Amino acid sequence: MIDTPVLERVLGQALRQGGDFAEVFAEDRSSQSAVLDDGRVEELASGRERGAGVRVICGETTGYAHTADLSEAGLLRAAETAAAVAHGGGEGWTVPSDPRLGARGGSVAGERSLATMSKAETLELLRRADEAARSSGGAISQVQAGYGGSLRRVLVANSEGVLATDDQYRTRFSVSCVAVGDTGLQTGFETAARTIGTELFDDISVEDLARAAATRAIAKLSARPAPSGEVPLVLAGGSGGILFHEACGHGLEADHILKAASVYAGRIGQRVASPLVTLVDDGTVGSEWGTFAVDDEGRPAQRNVLIEDGVLTDYLWDYLRARKEGRVPSGNGRRQSYQHLPMVRMTNTFLLPGEDDPDAIVADTPRGVYVAKLGGGQVNTTTGDFVFGTTEAYLIEDGKITAPLRDANLIGNGPEILTRIDAVATDFAMTPGTCGKDGQSVPVGCGQATLRITGVTIGGTAE
Amino acid sequence: MSATTGTGRPASTTADAGTGGDLLRLAERVAGWAGPEEEVEVFVARGEETEIRAYEGQVESLTSATSAGVGIRVVSDHRLGFAWAGTLDEELLGATLDAARDNARYATPDEHVRLAVPDHVPAVPVDRWDDGLASVPTSAKVEMVLALEARARGGDPRIRQVSSADYGDGAVETALVSTTGIRSANRRTSGFLSVGVIAGEGDASQTGSGFTVGRGVADLDPERAASEAVNRAVRMLGATKGPSGRASVVFDRRAVTTLLAVLSSALSGEAVSKGRSFFAGRIGEEVGSGLVTLVDDPTDVRAYGASAYDAEGLACRRTVLVDRGVLRGFLYDTIAGSRAGVASTGAAVRGGYAGTPSPGCRALTLAPGPEGYDEAGVLGAVGDGVYVQSMTGVHSGVNPVSGDFSVGVEGLMVRDGGLAEPVREITVASTLQRMLQSLQVVGADVEWFPGIAAGQTVAFGDMQISGA
Repeated sequence: MIDTPVLERVLGQALRQGGDFAEVFAEDRSSQSAVLDDGRVEELASGRERGAGVRVICGETTGYAHTADLSEAGLLRAAETAAAVAHGGGEGWTVPSDPRLGARGGSVAGERSLATMSKAETLELLRRADEAARSSGGAISQVQAGYGGSLRRVLVANSEGVLATDDQYRTRFSVSCVAVGDTGLQTGFETAARTIGTELFDDISVEDLARAAATRAIAKLSARPAPSGEVPLVLAGGSGGILFHEACGHGLEADHILKAASVYAGRIGQRVASPLVTLVDDGTVGSEWGTFAVDDEGRPAQRNVLIEDGVLTDYLWDYLRARKEGRVPSGNGRRQSYQHLPMVRMTNTFLLPGEDDPDAIVADTPRGVYVAKLGGGQVNTTTGDFVFGTTEAYLIEDGKITAPLRDANLIGNGPEILTRIDAVATDFAMTPGTCGKDGQSVPVGCGQATLRITGVTIGGTAE
Repeated sequence: MSATTGTGRPASTTADAGTGGDLLRLAERVAGWAGPEEEVEVFVARGEETEIRAYEGQVESLTSATSAGVGIRVVSDHRLGFAWAGTLDEELLGATLDAARDNARYATPDEHVRLAVPDHVPAVPVDRWDDGLASVPTSAKVEMVLALEARARGGDPRIRQVSSADYGDGAVETALVSTTGIRSANRRTSGFLSVGVIAGEGDASQTGSGFTVGRGVADLDPERAASEAVNRAVRMLGATKGPSGRASVVFDRRAVTTLLAVLSSALSGEAVSKGRSFFAGRIGEEVGSGLVTLVDDPTDVRAYGASAYDAEGLACRRTVLVDRGVLRGFLYDTIAGSRAGVASTGAAVRGGYAGTPSPGCRALTLAPGPEGYDEAGVLGAVGDGVYVQSMTGVHSGVNPVSGDFSVGVEGLMVRDGGLAEPVREITVASTLQRMLQSLQVVGADVEWFPGIAAGQTVAFGDMQISGA
């Protein structure tokens, strides 16, 4: 994308007035998407975005400037701006020697490119999904199927000699259904998303995906209102894993920790969860949605154990926060695009599987709620209070899964809920998601096996 | 068809006086590349922004940036294709048009697919541009955010931390030209200050946030943002998990703007025609109590989303959606309108150059209640219940298709017509349909917030609270 001598000159310019650290992050992203809605191929879209951001750290202050102009002149202007703003706000800096860049590269994905599947072939997938959803039941009144593929090429060079590149292929396919009945409208959604090219479709069946979405919408037509109040909860394996993302994942991000804006600050080495909980964040897992070769600061993705047998072992780190604490970053510096500063983000966050049988967990629960699929969630890291929503849930009565329930949010406090996990099964599965923080969205994975929480508040309308 | 058909060209307004004529010329030039058998719409945007974050008396980060991009829609044989690029580089403009053309070849032919044509509705001049913003030096912006941080920190002895203090501003200019006779330009500036604080007492910590927005620096009220954040955090100290049961629920103004924004997606003519709204097929029916009057009016200059032109270059206009409980209309862009057999209501919105237009609100309001009904007035009328200061899980717990509603809440109990002890870790649930029917009290304290809706204090009767 940019020649090494140019990068060296830009980094030199960024530190010409001094400063502790300079970095160039360049990105070239191509995307292609298609939507079939209301029985018609409504919109094919192509997008292209490329640009670079220059970061200069000077004492406690970070200056950042970004530009869509990847010429040397454009990059030098961004470097000057970033340096000027960094010096405008801070004090006390050192003058490093001229940077000499090493090389570190990587690519997670297969060799297949965006173009190996023709537009006609992707449309055929959408049509097949539409047909499968509509033939799942007469109640299905509307189907939207979407395909999205992107290639994100990133290059990171910094004044500490890092030169890294990564080609990130991502492919996503989703189906959203509406079912209509006497009780009104209900919705069902299912998605598959991986950090690979169109090889995704070698591994998944778009028909299965469509039928899952349709069945979910149809089931809820006969759903009763969810209960209100505290209930035992069984979460199905691969139901979302968002529980851990919200209950503790965000609270373990070092930016929150260093500002004392997390209930987990100062608790390394302490028991924060049931002994059944071993939580891992790992950006290297296969081709999961949160996987990459190097993060957006040029650091290789790695596996980080955050909670081991219930004891808090570590937080997640980006360059800036790791530097403040005199330690190495953990490969969790990510950004939405070159138009954003990196910050601490999760990758694939998951609970290691346990030893219980998933069916036995349900059978051992006299009354409660079984969640087959979760939607999104949200957390206040300072108080630890978090919510997560169901999109497919059932009552458990006498150890059996019975009546379907309408959608509701569950609410709990992270440190309390983590201690209430009393069973974890073997049926581990990952799901993709989009994580939003401070206005930036990044792809993440979440994973967990079937588990039980002895008590959590569900916000339905049934008394 | 020429790129600048004279007839029906929207009247020039103060909103486009002085707007980058070079952007219009660029859009005209690209639209001029259209072939004889196709219609082309070119949207170009260019912006500048500054973001500053303060922490513990220092600038933590400062971002300065410019950006630009183009989004092109091509319609040929009733088929639509779209492409965009995050640059105005000459070499990519032609490639973007070609990509949109190629995409159109694969779409399903649809008689309703078309670009907007001028409808001769005059645009109301709406000025959301502050000339002064460009001359504010960065050092003055830095001083503002440092002062905000210090003010929040010193706002109460129980404030332990200012977790974020941000200044941001932006100036965006856009131009839209089509081969169907559309030619419009928009521009706007915006500025904001926002602050998040942590209050503590013993082991307990609570958070609060405050913000102030405007067209530029002069509109900002940092004192108010800081005191709002401090007050919201401090009054939550000592919060416990609230009790379960049925109760009246009072939503504060900020929560109401969120509720209206969610409700607005059920008022989109596209959602209605595709069977994705619980309002579908109910025009003329009673969908709420007599207190429910909902109007989208982007010509109201006080609205954050006010605009002279919509995202297809038609004049923005006032649309009555619900009148005293009776459903009266939906919002349409050109394609959704054609599908429903009506004209566009000038309600196309788009998420920048990388998005295509779709119908949506810009300035939704719930008609205010009786004069003098401020927050205290609403609380007094309600007597007992729960007051919602902030909601979580709106995206995961509110479904504008089914109407199911379940959100996490923090706030205070309402007792004897006033605010009482703080509560947290509870949910409030109902359905949007039932909430419209059970709207109990509407405040007159309307405030415009960033986003697409205003808000005032509002109370709903009989909602389900889930807690301890």
